[in-house]
This record gives sequence, C-alpha cells and structure tokens, in this order.
Amino acid sequence: MSLFNEFSKGLYEKNPVFRLALGLCPTLAVSNSIENAIGMGLAATFVLVCSNVIVSMMRKAVPNKIRIPIYIVVIATFVTIVDLVLEATRYELHKSLGLFIPLIVVNCIILGRAEAFAGKNGVVRSFVDGLGMGIGFTLALLVLGFVRELLGDGKLIGISILGEAFKPVLLLILPPGAFLTLGIFLGLFNWIDIKRSK
Amino acid sequence: MEKLLIIAIGAIFISNFVFSRFLGICPYIGVSKSLDSAIGMGMAVIFVMTLASTVTWLINTYFLQPTESNLFYILFAEKIDLSYLRTIAFILVIASLVQFVEMVIQKVSPTLYSSLGIYLPLITTNCAILGVAILNFDNIDRPYNFIESIVHGFTAGIGFTLALVLMAGIREKLEMAPVPRPLQGIPIAFIMAGLMAIAFLGFSGLSID
Repeated sequence: MSLFNEFSKGLYEKNPVFRLALGLCPTLAVSNSIENAIGMGLAATFVLVCSNVIVSMMRKAVPNKIRIPIYIVVIATFVTIVDLVLEATRYELHKSLGLFIPLIVVNCIILGRAEAFAGKNGVVRSFVDGLGMGIGFTLALLVLGFVRELLGDGKLIGISILGEAFKPVLLLILPPGAFLTLGIFLGLFNWIDIKRSK
Repeated sequence: MEKLLIIAIGAIFISNFVFSRFLGICPYIGVSKSLDSAIGMGMAVIFVMTLASTVTWLINTYFLQPTESNLFYILFAEKIDLSYLRTIAFILVIASLVQFVEMVIQKVSPTLYSSLGIYLPLITTNCAILGVAILNFDNIDRPYNFIESIVHGFTAGIGFTLALVLMAGIREKLEMAPVPRPLQGIPIAFIMAGLMAIAFLGFSGLSID
C-alpha cells in the first residue's frame, strides 16, 4: 500500500468513528460544539501520532507478553503532556473537555492502532497511519459537532447562523441528541454502502 | 448517610454513566446483544468499579497528593507533589487490578470465572472504570472522601448495569422487529439509546439537595 493510501484510509474507508465504531465515548461527549470537537480531535491526533511513532520504534525491543501495558504507559505519558499543556494554554477548552482529556488513555482508537498497526510497521508508515486516523477522528467529531451545534443552538463557533426565526432543537445539544445523531449518521453510511454495492 | 444516598441516586439515575456522562459506551453497545452476557458484564463492572475506586483513592491520597497524610511526607517530612502522575498511575493500577482479580477468581471459583472471566479483560479499556476513579476527585463540588468514593464506585456500576440490562432486554425483542437494513445492528442500538436517554433526562428534574 502506498503512503498516501495509508493516510487516506483513515479519512473515509476505515474512518475510526463511522466505519470501525471505535472511540465512541469521547465522540458522543464532546461533539456538542465545533470548538470542543476540534480541541478533542487535535488532542487525540497528537497522542495517536506520537504513540504510534514511539511504539513503532520500540516494536523490536518490546517482549510480546507485556506489550499492552507498555503501550498503555506510552499513551498515558503523551496524554499527560496534552493535559498539562492544554491546562496551561487553553484553560477554557480544558475545562469544557474536562474528564475526557485523561480518558484519551482508554480511547480504543489509540490502543487499537498501536496494537494493529504500529507494533508491526515501520516508523514512517506508523506516523502516516496515526495522522490519517487522527484526522479521520477529528473529521467525524466535526461533522457531528456541526450538525448538533447548528440545529441545537442555531450557531456555529458561537456566531448565529440560522437567525432569530429558527427555533433551536435543544434536544440535540443534550445527551440524547448525541446518541440520535450518531445513530442516524451510522445508518447513513451503511445506506451509502448498500447503494454502492448494488 | 444522607450524603451517601444523594451520591447513590445521582450516580444511578441523574448522571447515569451511560446516558448522561457517555462513559463505557463500547461495552454498552458491544455486550448488550443478550441478557445473560449483559448481566455477567454488569456484575464484573460493579465489582471492578468498587475495587478500583477503593484502590485509586488510597493511591491518590497516600502517594500522589501533597498533603499531611502523604506517605512521602511522613517518611521524609517533605511535600512532594506527584499529582501530575495521576493518569498514568490510575490506568496502571486499574490494568493490574483487573489482571489480579482475574487470576484470583480463576483460582478461587472456577464457576464464577467461567461466567465473568471473558468480560474481565474487556474492562481494562472500559473508560467507565478510569472515569469513576477520576470523578471521585474531579467532580463538581469537592473530592469525595474514602467511604463516599466506594459508594460512588459501587452505585455508578449499578447505574451502568441498569442501562446495560435495559438495553439488552430491548435488543432481544428488536431481533424480531422489521428494522430497515441500513439501520440494523449498531445504528438502531444508538437510536434506542437516544430514546432511553430522553427518558433518563427526566431524572435530571429531581432535586435532591
């Protein structure tokens, strides 16, 4: 597979959220606005790329039996870095993402890529794979955040778009809206698949 | 006592881990296909959550936070702030705890192991466990004390199990229902979860202060 394919597979074909249904907890929790979605997406992408590179560098030195604890320590280290940097530089964002920053550690996308890809492939490939998957995750969050913020609040990034006459569907900002929007999107992607295969 | 009841009702209904905090969604969707496995997973989660709350509270209080009761302070009379290590320490403690519990159950009760065993490894990457450990210290008003942490862990596990068992019951019926093809499987599960979350939203009207 060429490097570009390695990158682009994460965007649509193997999109971690819409296709593989991984990393759903942060997806549901922080997709209530575009700002949160971008913040979470970039934080997770950073951790994913860094952990992929480190795991790939260590892959020949790591004993097979204890690889998972080692991966978790690597991931947790980068999550701690992101946590502290965000708290120091983007305090408001850090506050609104809250619990979900330390929880990047248990995001199954990251451990999944370390286990399925970076532990078996070279550094450059792992870097590209991590970047693609991370951007795919960010895009998925953005799409959900866009729909939920636009319909649930009538705004995008805090700027009113739909005007005064639009009555916001408050439900979409609340927790149930996350489940409903994601369910409908997953159904939509399945529908596209079924149409295509015909 | 009253405080503990407030924590319990809060964790089970008002801020249910699945429906309002979005924790533990992967096992929630993955294991809710049959009622039996949902109950098994629920029991395993309650057990590990209670244990994890206990152990992480002790670790955080006696090793990580720079307080008078910190063991390093008692030994060296110097306050060392290790709280930045919390994420790493907690995830390692939880991972080894799950491994340890698995080994103990396997030795002590093979019958219990055969019903809970397959769910235990899944729990390490269940964000609800790490979530409850962090929430014991980072919740809105104040850090919980030892007893409150244990109660919070136990009842959060019950809340998760409640959501899981309800969902499994509905999904078993759903097998017979004529669901449109693109929505079959995970999408319809999410839409159902959304509808149940609307019902649970009603509990947020409860005022218990």
